Amino acid sequence: MQALTNKSIAVNRSPMTIWERLYLINIIKGMVITFSHMFKKQPTVRYPEQKREFSPVFRGLHVLNRDEEGRENCTACGLCAVACPAEAITMEAAERQEGEEHLYREEKYAAKYEINMLRCIFCGLCEEACPKDAIYLSETFAPANYTRKGFIYDKNDLLIPNTLTNATALAKAKGVEA
Amino acid sequence: MTLLAFDWAIIIEKLILIAIIVLTTLLITLYTTFGERKVAAILQDRPGPNRAGPFGLFQPLADGLKLIMKEEIIPTSASKWLFILGPGLAMTASLMTSAVIPWGTELHLFGRTIELQIADINIGLLYVFAVVSMGVYGIMIGGWASNNKFSLMSALRAASQAISYEIAMGLALIALLMTTGSLSLKTIVADQVAGNWWNVVYQPLGFLIFFICAMAECNRTPFDLPEAENELNFGYHQEYSSMKLGFYLFAEYVNMIMSSAIMASMYFGGYDLPFFDESTVAPNIAAIIGVGTLLIKIVLFVFLFMWIRWTIPRFRYDQLMNLGWKKMIPLALLNMLITGALILSKL
Repeated sequence: MQALTNKSIAVNRSPMTIWERLYLINIIKGMVITFSHMFKKQPTVRYPEQKREFSPVFRGLHVLNRDEEGRENCTACGLCAVACPAEAITMEAAERQEGEEHLYREEKYAAKYEINMLRCIFCGLCEEACPKDAIYLSETFAPANYTRKGFIYDKNDLLIPNTLTNATALAKAKGVEA
Repeated sequence: MTLLAFDWAIIIEKLILIAIIVLTTLLITLYTTFGERKVAAILQDRPGPNRAGPFGLFQPLADGLKLIMKEEIIPTSASKWLFILGPGLAMTASLMTSAVIPWGTELHLFGRTIELQIADINIGLLYVFAVVSMGVYGIMIGGWASNNKFSLMSALRAASQAISYEIAMGLALIALLMTTGSLSLKTIVADQVAGNWWNVVYQPLGFLIFFICAMAECNRTPFDLPEAENELNFGYHQEYSSMKLGFYLFAEYVNMIMSSAIMASMYFGGYDLPFFDESTVAPNIAAIIGVGTLLIKIVLFVFLFMWIRWTIPRFRYDQLMNLGWKKMIPLALLNMLITGALILSKL
Protein backbone atom coordinates (compact mmCIF):
# COMPACT_ATOMS: atom_id res chain seq x y z
CA MET A 1 0.00 0.00 0.00
CA GLN A 2 1.17 3.47 -0.82
CA ALA A 3 1.90 5.38 2.35
CA LEU A 4 0.40 8.86 2.53
CA THR A 5 3.08 10.17 4.84
CA ASN A 6 6.50 8.86 5.65
CA LYS A 7 5.59 8.64 9.34
CA SER A 8 4.27 5.09 9.37
CA ILE A 9 6.67 2.33 10.34
CA ALA A 10 6.24 -1.15 8.89
CA VAL A 11 5.84 -3.67 11.69
CA ASN A 12 7.85 -6.83 11.33
CA ARG A 13 5.32 -9.65 11.64
CA SER A 14 7.56 -12.52 10.60
CA PRO A 15 7.44 -15.49 12.99
CA MET A 16 9.95 -15.45 15.82
CA THR A 17 13.26 -17.14 15.28
CA ILE A 18 14.52 -19.81 17.65
CA TRP A 19 16.65 -17.28 19.53
CA GLU A 20 13.71 -14.94 20.00
CA ARG A 21 11.52 -17.81 21.18
CA LEU A 22 14.12 -18.67 23.80
CA TYR A 23 13.27 -15.31 25.49
CA LEU A 24 16.53 -15.46 27.43
CA ILE A 25 18.58 -13.23 25.14
CA ASN A 26 15.89 -10.59 24.99
CA ILE A 27 15.42 -10.78 28.74
CA ILE A 28 19.16 -10.24 29.23
CA LYS A 29 19.03 -7.30 26.81
CA GLY A 30 16.20 -5.82 28.85
CA MET A 31 18.11 -6.36 32.06
CA VAL A 32 21.11 -4.53 30.63
CA ILE A 33 18.82 -1.60 29.85
CA THR A 34 17.37 -1.47 33.37
CA PHE A 35 20.83 -1.87 34.87
CA SER A 36 22.12 1.08 32.87
CA HIS A 37 19.35 3.17 34.44
CA MET A 38 20.95 2.69 37.84
CA PHE A 39 23.65 5.17 36.86
CA LYS A 40 21.41 7.79 35.29
CA LYS A 41 20.70 11.12 36.86
CA GLN A 42 17.43 11.20 38.76
CA PRO A 43 15.10 13.97 37.64
CA THR A 44 13.39 13.98 41.05
CA VAL A 45 13.13 17.30 42.89
CA ARG A 46 13.23 16.49 46.62
CA TYR A 47 10.41 18.89 47.36
CA PRO A 48 10.48 20.38 50.83
CA GLU A 49 14.27 20.79 50.75
CA GLN A 50 14.56 21.56 47.05
CA LYS A 51 12.14 23.77 45.23
CA ARG A 52 11.71 24.20 41.55
CA GLU A 53 11.82 27.76 40.31
CA PHE A 54 8.74 29.13 38.66
CA SER A 55 9.05 30.13 35.05
CA PRO A 56 9.33 33.90 34.40
CA VAL A 57 5.79 33.98 32.98
CA PHE A 58 4.27 32.21 35.99
CA ARG A 59 0.99 33.78 37.09
CA GLY A 60 0.40 33.37 40.79
CA LEU A 61 -1.41 35.12 43.59
CA HIS A 62 -2.49 38.73 43.02
CA VAL A 63 -0.93 41.74 44.71
CA LEU A 64 -2.26 45.25 44.88
CA ASN A 65 0.54 47.63 44.07
CA ARG A 66 1.63 50.90 45.68
CA ASP A 67 3.51 53.76 44.11
CA GLU A 68 7.01 54.90 45.14
CA GLU A 69 5.55 57.03 47.95
CA GLY A 70 3.68 54.05 49.37
CA ARG A 71 0.24 55.15 48.20
CA GLU A 72 -2.30 52.69 46.81
CA ASN A 73 -2.51 52.76 43.03
CA CYS A 74 -6.00 51.33 42.71
CA THR A 75 -8.76 53.78 41.83
CA ALA A 76 -11.60 51.23 41.89
CA CYS A 77 -12.40 51.82 38.23
CA GLY A 78 -13.70 48.24 37.94
CA LEU A 79 -11.93 47.39 34.69
CA CYS A 80 -10.33 44.33 36.26
CA ALA A 81 -13.70 43.10 37.48
CA VAL A 82 -15.14 43.57 33.99
CA ALA A 83 -12.19 41.83 32.37
CA CYS A 84 -12.31 38.90 34.77
CA PRO A 85 -13.75 35.86 32.90
CA ALA A 86 -14.38 34.00 36.14
CA GLU A 87 -16.06 36.94 37.87
CA ALA A 88 -13.84 36.54 40.86
CA ILE A 89 -13.24 40.21 41.64
CA THR A 90 -15.62 42.48 43.59
CA MET A 91 -14.90 45.97 44.80
CA GLU A 92 -16.49 49.04 46.37
CA ALA A 93 -15.23 52.50 45.59
CA ALA A 94 -14.90 55.39 48.05
CA GLU A 95 -13.88 59.03 47.78
CA ARG A 96 -10.59 60.19 49.23
CA GLN A 97 -11.06 62.57 52.16
CA GLU A 98 -8.91 65.53 53.20
CA GLY A 99 -5.72 64.35 54.87
CA GLU A 100 -5.72 60.96 53.16
CA GLU A 101 -3.44 62.05 50.34
CA HIS A 102 -0.58 60.00 51.75
CA LEU A 103 -2.72 56.82 51.59
CA TYR A 104 -4.29 56.93 48.13
CA ARG A 105 -2.77 58.28 44.98
CA GLU A 106 -5.95 59.61 43.35
CA GLU A 107 -9.30 61.01 44.47
CA LYS A 108 -11.07 57.70 44.32
CA TYR A 109 -9.92 54.46 45.93
CA ALA A 110 -11.14 50.93 46.61
CA ALA A 111 -12.69 50.72 50.06
CA LYS A 112 -13.29 47.03 49.59
CA TYR A 113 -11.42 44.80 47.15
CA GLU A 114 -11.95 41.05 47.20
CA ILE A 115 -10.78 38.23 44.97
CA ASN A 116 -12.27 34.76 45.33
CA MET A 117 -9.29 32.49 44.78
CA LEU A 118 -11.53 29.49 44.22
CA ARG A 119 -13.11 31.21 41.22
CA CYS A 120 -9.96 32.81 39.90
CA ILE A 121 -8.36 31.00 36.98
CA PHE A 122 -5.12 32.99 37.15
CA CYS A 123 -5.43 34.12 33.53
CA GLY A 124 -3.88 37.51 34.20
CA LEU A 125 -6.55 39.51 32.32
CA CYS A 126 -7.02 41.79 35.34
CA GLU A 127 -3.35 42.63 35.19
CA GLU A 128 -3.70 43.49 31.48
CA ALA A 129 -6.90 45.49 31.99
CA CYS A 130 -5.57 47.70 34.81
CA PRO A 131 -4.77 51.22 33.57
CA LYS A 132 -3.12 52.24 36.85
CA ASP A 133 -0.52 49.45 37.32
CA ALA A 134 -2.42 48.57 40.46
CA ILE A 135 -2.83 44.79 40.19
CA TYR A 136 -0.12 42.26 39.43
CA LEU A 137 0.15 38.49 39.54
CA SER A 138 3.01 37.48 41.79
CA GLU A 139 5.12 34.31 41.88
CA THR A 140 3.43 32.65 44.83
CA PHE A 141 0.32 30.50 44.96
CA ALA A 142 -2.64 30.36 47.31
CA PRO A 143 -1.91 28.07 50.26
CA ALA A 144 -4.40 25.39 51.30
CA ASN A 145 -7.22 26.37 53.59
CA TYR A 146 -9.86 24.60 55.66
CA THR A 147 -12.83 26.75 54.62
CA ARG A 148 -14.13 28.24 51.41
CA LYS A 149 -14.30 31.60 53.17
CA GLY A 150 -10.57 31.41 53.68
CA PHE A 151 -10.05 31.61 49.95
CA ILE A 152 -11.75 35.00 49.62
CA TYR A 153 -8.79 37.35 49.83
CA ASP A 154 -9.56 40.90 50.87
CA LYS A 155 -7.47 44.05 50.68
CA ASN A 156 -5.39 43.15 53.73
CA ASP A 157 -4.29 39.94 52.07
CA LEU A 158 -3.66 41.43 48.67
CA LEU A 159 -2.05 44.79 49.33
CA ILE A 160 1.74 44.68 49.28
CA PRO A 161 3.47 46.11 52.38
CA ASN A 162 4.36 49.75 52.30
CA THR A 163 7.83 50.36 50.90
CA LEU A 164 8.54 53.25 53.22
CA THR A 165 7.08 52.17 56.53
CA ASN A 166 7.47 48.43 56.40
CA ALA A 167 10.47 47.56 54.26
CA THR A 168 11.23 44.25 56.04
CA ALA A 169 7.71 42.89 55.49
CA LEU A 170 7.99 43.79 51.83
CA ALA A 171 11.30 41.99 51.54
CA LYS A 172 9.77 38.97 53.25
CA ALA A 173 6.79 39.01 50.92
CA LYS A 174 9.12 39.12 47.97
CA GLY A 175 10.93 36.10 49.32
CA VAL A 176 14.17 38.03 49.83
CA GLU A 177 15.37 37.36 53.37
CA ALA A 178 16.14 40.66 55.09
CA MET B 1 17.35 -44.70 80.66
CA THR B 2 19.76 -45.30 77.86
CA LEU B 3 17.36 -43.54 75.54
CA LEU B 4 17.86 -40.25 77.36
CA ALA B 5 21.59 -40.60 77.76
CA PHE B 6 22.80 -38.13 75.18
CA ASP B 7 24.37 -34.72 75.18
CA TRP B 8 21.53 -32.51 76.47
CA ALA B 9 23.44 -29.32 75.78
CA ILE B 10 22.96 -29.95 72.10
CA ILE B 11 19.25 -29.12 72.48
CA ILE B 12 20.04 -25.72 73.95
CA GLU B 13 22.69 -25.20 71.30
CA LYS B 14 20.26 -26.03 68.49
CA LEU B 15 17.50 -23.90 70.03
CA ILE B 16 19.80 -20.90 70.17
CA LEU B 17 20.89 -21.56 66.59
CA ILE B 18 17.26 -21.82 65.43
CA ALA B 19 16.37 -18.60 67.23
CA ILE B 20 19.32 -16.78 65.70
CA ILE B 21 18.62 -18.06 62.19
CA VAL B 22 14.88 -17.32 62.30
CA LEU B 23 15.35 -13.86 63.79
CA THR B 24 18.15 -12.99 61.38
CA THR B 25 16.07 -14.21 58.47
CA LEU B 26 13.13 -12.06 59.56
CA LEU B 27 15.37 -9.04 60.04
CA ILE B 28 16.93 -9.52 56.63
CA THR B 29 13.45 -9.97 55.18
CA LEU B 30 12.37 -6.69 56.72
CA TYR B 31 15.19 -4.98 54.91
CA THR B 32 14.61 -6.98 51.74
CA THR B 33 11.23 -5.25 51.42
CA PHE B 34 13.07 -1.97 51.75
CA GLY B 35 15.67 -3.18 49.27
CA GLU B 36 12.97 -4.14 46.81
CA ARG B 37 11.53 -0.64 46.89
CA LYS B 38 14.95 0.94 46.61
CA VAL B 39 16.01 -1.31 43.72
CA ALA B 40 12.74 -0.63 41.92
CA ALA B 41 13.24 3.08 42.42
CA ILE B 42 16.84 3.16 41.27
CA LEU B 43 16.08 1.09 38.18
CA GLN B 44 13.33 3.58 37.35
CA ASP B 45 15.43 6.73 37.96
CA ARG B 46 13.66 7.56 41.23
CA PRO B 47 15.15 8.07 44.71
CA GLY B 48 12.75 5.66 46.44
CA PRO B 49 11.77 5.78 50.13
CA ASN B 50 14.07 8.32 51.78
CA ARG B 51 11.93 10.08 54.39
CA ALA B 52 11.90 7.81 57.47
CA GLY B 53 15.29 8.08 59.14
CA PRO B 54 18.66 8.43 57.42
CA PHE B 55 18.36 7.25 53.78
CA GLY B 56 14.85 6.02 54.67
CA LEU B 57 16.31 3.17 56.73
CA PHE B 58 13.40 3.17 59.20
CA GLN B 59 10.88 2.72 56.39
CA PRO B 60 10.42 -1.05 56.95
CA LEU B 61 9.74 -0.41 60.65
CA ALA B 62 7.11 2.16 59.70
CA ASP B 63 5.58 -0.29 57.21
CA GLY B 64 5.50 -3.06 59.81
CA LEU B 65 3.99 -0.78 62.45
CA LYS B 66 1.33 0.35 60.00
CA LEU B 67 0.39 -3.25 59.17
CA ILE B 68 0.14 -4.16 62.86
CA MET B 69 -1.99 -1.13 63.71
CA LYS B 70 -4.53 -1.85 60.96
CA GLU B 71 -7.90 -3.40 61.75
CA GLU B 72 -8.12 -7.17 61.46
CA ILE B 73 -11.06 -8.14 59.30
CA ILE B 74 -12.27 -11.69 58.92
CA PRO B 75 -15.07 -11.90 56.35
CA THR B 76 -18.27 -13.42 57.76
CA SER B 77 -18.50 -15.93 54.96
CA ALA B 78 -14.88 -17.05 55.35
CA SER B 79 -13.93 -20.31 56.98
CA LYS B 80 -12.51 -18.76 60.11
CA TRP B 81 -9.85 -21.20 61.28
CA LEU B 82 -8.45 -21.92 57.85
CA PHE B 83 -8.48 -18.20 57.14
CA ILE B 84 -6.29 -17.61 60.19
CA LEU B 85 -4.16 -20.67 59.48
CA GLY B 86 -3.30 -19.62 55.90
CA PRO B 87 -0.74 -16.86 56.54
CA GLY B 88 0.87 -18.80 59.38
CA LEU B 89 1.26 -21.83 57.17
CA ALA B 90 2.78 -19.77 54.38
CA MET B 91 5.30 -18.26 56.78
CA THR B 92 6.15 -21.56 58.52
CA ALA B 93 6.66 -23.39 55.25
CA SER B 94 9.00 -20.74 53.94
CA LEU B 95 11.03 -20.61 57.18
CA MET B 96 11.33 -24.41 57.44
CA THR B 97 13.79 -24.57 54.56
CA SER B 98 16.39 -22.84 56.70
CA ALA B 99 16.76 -26.04 58.79
CA VAL B 100 18.98 -27.85 56.32
CA ILE B 101 21.01 -24.97 54.90
CA PRO B 102 24.65 -25.14 56.03
CA TRP B 103 25.33 -21.54 57.04
CA GLY B 104 29.03 -22.09 57.62
CA THR B 105 31.59 -24.59 58.88
CA GLU B 106 31.85 -25.04 62.61
CA LEU B 107 32.46 -22.69 65.52
CA HIS B 108 34.57 -23.67 68.53
CA LEU B 109 33.02 -21.99 71.54
CA PHE B 110 33.19 -22.88 75.26
CA GLY B 111 35.01 -26.09 74.45
CA ARG B 112 32.21 -27.26 72.17
CA THR B 113 32.10 -27.70 68.42
CA ILE B 114 28.99 -25.97 67.13
CA GLU B 115 27.89 -26.88 63.64
CA LEU B 116 26.35 -23.92 61.82
CA GLN B 117 23.53 -26.00 60.44
CA ILE B 118 20.33 -26.81 62.32
CA ALA B 119 19.98 -30.36 61.01
CA ASP B 120 22.38 -32.26 58.78
CA ILE B 121 19.89 -34.83 57.55
CA ASN B 122 20.99 -37.30 54.93
CA ILE B 123 17.93 -36.55 52.75
CA GLY B 124 18.52 -32.76 52.74
CA LEU B 125 17.62 -32.25 49.10
CA LEU B 126 14.41 -34.24 49.41
CA TYR B 127 13.52 -32.25 52.51
CA VAL B 128 14.02 -28.98 50.61
CA PHE B 129 11.88 -30.28 47.81
CA ALA B 130 9.12 -31.36 50.21
CA VAL B 131 9.10 -28.07 52.13
CA VAL B 132 9.10 -25.96 48.98
CA SER B 133 6.01 -27.76 47.76
CA MET B 134 4.42 -27.15 51.17
CA GLY B 135 4.61 -23.43 50.44
CA VAL B 136 1.65 -23.62 48.11
CA TYR B 137 -0.59 -24.86 50.95
CA GLY B 138 -0.57 -21.46 52.62
CA ILE B 139 -1.72 -19.83 49.42
CA MET B 140 -4.26 -22.57 48.65
CA ILE B 141 -5.82 -22.56 52.11
CA GLY B 142 -5.82 -18.77 52.37
CA GLY B 143 -7.37 -18.31 48.95
CA TRP B 144 -9.94 -21.02 49.46
CA ALA B 145 -10.96 -20.04 52.98
CA SER B 146 -11.53 -16.42 51.93
CA ASN B 147 -14.68 -17.51 50.08
CA ASN B 148 -14.00 -15.02 47.32
CA LYS B 149 -13.98 -16.04 43.70
CA PHE B 150 -10.87 -14.04 42.89
CA SER B 151 -8.98 -15.54 45.81
CA LEU B 152 -10.04 -19.03 44.76
CA MET B 153 -9.02 -18.45 41.15
CA SER B 154 -5.67 -17.17 42.31
CA ALA B 155 -5.19 -20.12 44.65
CA LEU B 156 -5.96 -22.48 41.79
CA ARG B 157 -3.42 -20.72 39.62
CA ALA B 158 -0.82 -20.89 42.35
CA ALA B 159 -1.39 -24.60 42.85
CA SER B 160 -1.22 -25.50 39.17
CA GLN B 161 1.82 -23.27 38.68
CA ALA B 162 3.62 -24.85 41.61
CA ILE B 163 2.86 -28.37 40.39
CA SER B 164 4.03 -27.60 36.84
CA TYR B 165 7.30 -26.05 37.87
CA GLU B 166 8.09 -28.49 40.66
CA ILE B 167 8.51 -31.25 38.09
CA ALA B 168 11.19 -29.37 36.17
CA MET B 169 12.78 -28.31 39.45
CA GLY B 170 12.91 -31.89 40.69
CA LEU B 171 14.42 -33.08 37.42
CA ALA B 172 17.09 -30.37 37.63
CA LEU B 173 17.86 -31.49 41.18
CA ILE B 174 18.14 -35.13 40.09
CA ALA B 175 20.82 -34.15 37.57
CA LEU B 176 22.67 -32.35 40.36
CA LEU B 177 22.27 -35.39 42.56
CA MET B 178 23.85 -37.56 39.88
CA THR B 179 27.00 -35.40 39.83
CA THR B 180 27.32 -34.97 43.60
CA GLY B 181 26.24 -38.44 44.65
CA SER B 182 24.82 -37.15 47.93
CA LEU B 183 21.49 -35.78 49.16
CA SER B 184 23.00 -34.09 52.19
CA LEU B 185 23.43 -30.36 51.64
CA LYS B 186 26.42 -30.34 53.99
CA THR B 187 28.22 -32.90 51.85
CA ILE B 188 27.29 -31.08 48.65
CA VAL B 189 28.74 -27.81 49.94
CA ALA B 190 31.79 -29.50 51.47
CA ASP B 191 32.54 -31.17 48.14
CA GLN B 192 32.42 -27.79 46.41
CA VAL B 193 34.70 -26.25 49.04
CA ALA B 194 37.18 -29.11 48.73
CA GLY B 195 36.99 -29.44 44.94
CA ASN B 196 38.10 -26.78 42.52
CA TRP B 197 34.84 -25.98 40.81
CA TRP B 198 31.41 -25.02 41.93
CA ASN B 199 28.51 -27.18 40.81
CA VAL B 200 27.26 -24.50 38.43
CA VAL B 201 30.22 -25.33 36.19
CA TYR B 202 29.04 -28.94 35.90
CA GLN B 203 25.36 -28.07 35.76
CA PRO B 204 24.85 -24.73 33.96
CA LEU B 205 21.60 -25.77 32.29
CA GLY B 206 20.40 -27.39 35.50
CA PHE B 207 21.07 -24.17 37.37
CA LEU B 208 19.16 -22.13 34.81
CA ILE B 209 16.17 -24.45 35.06
CA PHE B 210 16.35 -24.44 38.84
CA PHE B 211 16.58 -20.66 38.92
CA ILE B 212 13.55 -20.16 36.67
CA CYS B 213 11.55 -22.72 38.64
CA ALA B 214 12.58 -21.11 41.94
CA MET B 215 11.28 -17.82 40.60
CA ALA B 216 7.98 -19.51 39.72
CA GLU B 217 7.80 -21.18 43.15
CA CYS B 218 8.33 -17.84 44.90
CA ASN B 219 5.52 -16.28 42.83
CA ARG B 220 7.86 -13.58 41.66
CA THR B 221 7.44 -11.60 38.47
CA PRO B 222 7.37 -12.75 35.64
CA PHE B 223 5.53 -15.66 37.27
CA ASP B 224 3.40 -13.72 39.76
CA LEU B 225 0.14 -14.82 38.17
CA PRO B 226 -1.51 -15.65 41.50
CA GLU B 227 -1.27 -11.95 42.32
CA ALA B 228 -2.04 -10.57 38.87
CA GLU B 229 -3.84 -7.46 40.01
CA ASN B 230 -5.36 -6.52 36.70
CA GLU B 231 -7.14 -9.87 36.43
CA LEU B 232 -7.61 -10.98 40.01
CA ASN B 233 -7.78 -7.67 41.91
CA PHE B 234 -5.27 -8.67 44.54
CA GLY B 235 -5.01 -12.43 44.25
CA TYR B 236 -5.17 -14.87 47.13
CA HIS B 237 -4.68 -12.22 49.82
CA GLN B 238 -7.61 -10.14 48.60
CA GLU B 239 -9.62 -10.57 51.81
CA TYR B 240 -6.69 -10.30 54.18
CA SER B 241 -5.87 -7.26 56.24
CA SER B 242 -3.46 -6.15 58.93
CA MET B 243 -0.58 -8.44 59.89
CA LYS B 244 -2.17 -11.47 58.19
CA LEU B 245 -1.66 -9.69 54.90
CA GLY B 246 1.77 -8.71 56.15
CA PHE B 247 2.61 -12.36 56.75
CA TYR B 248 1.71 -13.28 53.19
CA LEU B 249 3.81 -10.46 51.79
CA PHE B 250 6.61 -11.33 54.20
CA ALA B 251 6.49 -15.02 53.32
CA GLU B 252 7.20 -14.16 49.70
CA TYR B 253 10.41 -12.43 50.71
CA VAL B 254 11.41 -15.21 53.12
CA ASN B 255 10.84 -17.64 50.25
CA MET B 256 13.07 -15.54 48.07
CA ILE B 257 15.87 -15.52 50.64
CA MET B 258 15.54 -19.25 51.20
CA SER B 259 15.65 -20.12 47.51
CA SER B 260 18.65 -17.83 47.16
CA ALA B 261 20.34 -19.68 50.02
CA ILE B 262 19.51 -23.05 48.45
CA MET B 263 20.79 -21.95 45.05
CA ALA B 264 23.97 -20.55 46.58
CA SER B 265 24.54 -23.77 48.53
CA MET B 266 23.78 -26.19 45.73
CA TYR B 267 25.28 -24.45 42.73
CA PHE B 268 27.54 -21.65 43.97
CA GLY B 269 29.63 -23.27 46.66
CA GLY B 270 27.57 -22.19 49.70
CA TYR B 271 29.90 -20.65 52.29
CA ASP B 272 32.95 -21.10 50.04
CA LEU B 273 34.89 -17.89 49.44
CA PRO B 274 36.61 -18.36 46.06
CA PHE B 275 40.44 -18.09 45.78
CA PHE B 276 40.79 -18.29 49.54
CA ASP B 277 42.22 -21.15 51.57
CA GLU B 278 40.16 -21.46 54.76
CA SER B 279 42.80 -23.61 56.48
CA THR B 280 45.21 -20.67 56.69
CA VAL B 281 43.10 -18.86 59.33
CA ALA B 282 41.72 -19.95 62.69
CA PRO B 283 38.62 -22.19 62.36
CA ASN B 284 36.34 -19.67 64.11
CA ILE B 285 37.38 -16.85 61.78
CA ALA B 286 37.02 -19.18 58.80
CA ALA B 287 33.47 -19.98 59.92
CA ILE B 288 32.58 -16.31 60.24
CA ILE B 289 34.07 -15.57 56.82
CA GLY B 290 31.99 -18.47 55.46
CA VAL B 291 28.75 -17.11 56.93
CA GLY B 292 29.53 -13.68 55.51
CA THR B 293 30.25 -15.16 52.09
CA LEU B 294 26.97 -17.06 52.06
CA LEU B 295 25.09 -13.91 53.08
CA ILE B 296 26.73 -11.94 50.27
CA LYS B 297 25.78 -14.65 47.78
CA ILE B 298 22.18 -14.58 49.08
CA VAL B 299 22.04 -10.80 48.72
CA LEU B 300 23.33 -11.05 45.14
CA PHE B 301 20.68 -13.62 44.26
CA VAL B 302 17.95 -11.55 45.89
CA PHE B 303 19.13 -8.56 43.87
CA LEU B 304 18.95 -10.72 40.73
CA PHE B 305 15.35 -11.64 41.61
CA MET B 306 14.46 -7.97 42.03
CA TRP B 307 16.33 -6.91 38.92
CA ILE B 308 14.35 -9.42 36.85
CA ARG B 309 11.11 -8.36 38.48
CA TRP B 310 11.57 -4.73 37.54
CA THR B 311 12.69 -5.57 34.01
CA ILE B 312 10.21 -7.92 32.44
CA PRO B 313 6.42 -8.02 32.46
CA ARG B 314 4.24 -10.87 33.66
CA PHE B 315 3.65 -13.95 31.51
CA ARG B 316 0.21 -14.73 30.25
CA TYR B 317 -1.22 -17.85 31.85
CA ASP B 318 -1.04 -20.00 28.71
CA GLN B 319 2.54 -18.82 28.16
CA LEU B 320 3.38 -19.85 31.72
CA MET B 321 1.99 -23.34 31.20
CA ASN B 322 3.61 -23.56 27.77
CA LEU B 323 6.99 -22.67 29.22
CA GLY B 324 6.60 -25.02 32.16
CA TRP B 325 5.41 -28.15 30.40
CA LYS B 326 6.72 -27.82 26.86
CA LYS B 327 10.09 -26.15 27.47
CA MET B 328 11.31 -26.59 31.04
CA ILE B 329 10.45 -30.26 31.49
CA PRO B 330 11.97 -31.47 28.17
CA LEU B 331 15.03 -29.31 28.86
CA ALA B 332 15.37 -30.75 32.35
CA LEU B 333 15.04 -34.27 30.96
CA LEU B 334 17.67 -33.50 28.33
CA ASN B 335 19.95 -32.11 31.03
CA MET B 336 19.50 -35.30 33.01
CA LEU B 337 20.23 -37.41 29.96
CA ILE B 338 23.43 -35.51 29.11
CA THR B 339 24.59 -35.65 32.73
CA GLY B 340 23.95 -39.39 32.87
CA ALA B 341 25.78 -40.01 29.60
CA LEU B 342 28.79 -37.97 30.74
CA ILE B 343 28.97 -39.78 34.07
CA LEU B 344 28.76 -43.13 32.33
CA SER B 345 31.46 -42.21 29.82
CA LYS B 346 33.80 -41.24 32.67
CA LEU B 347 33.37 -44.54 34.48
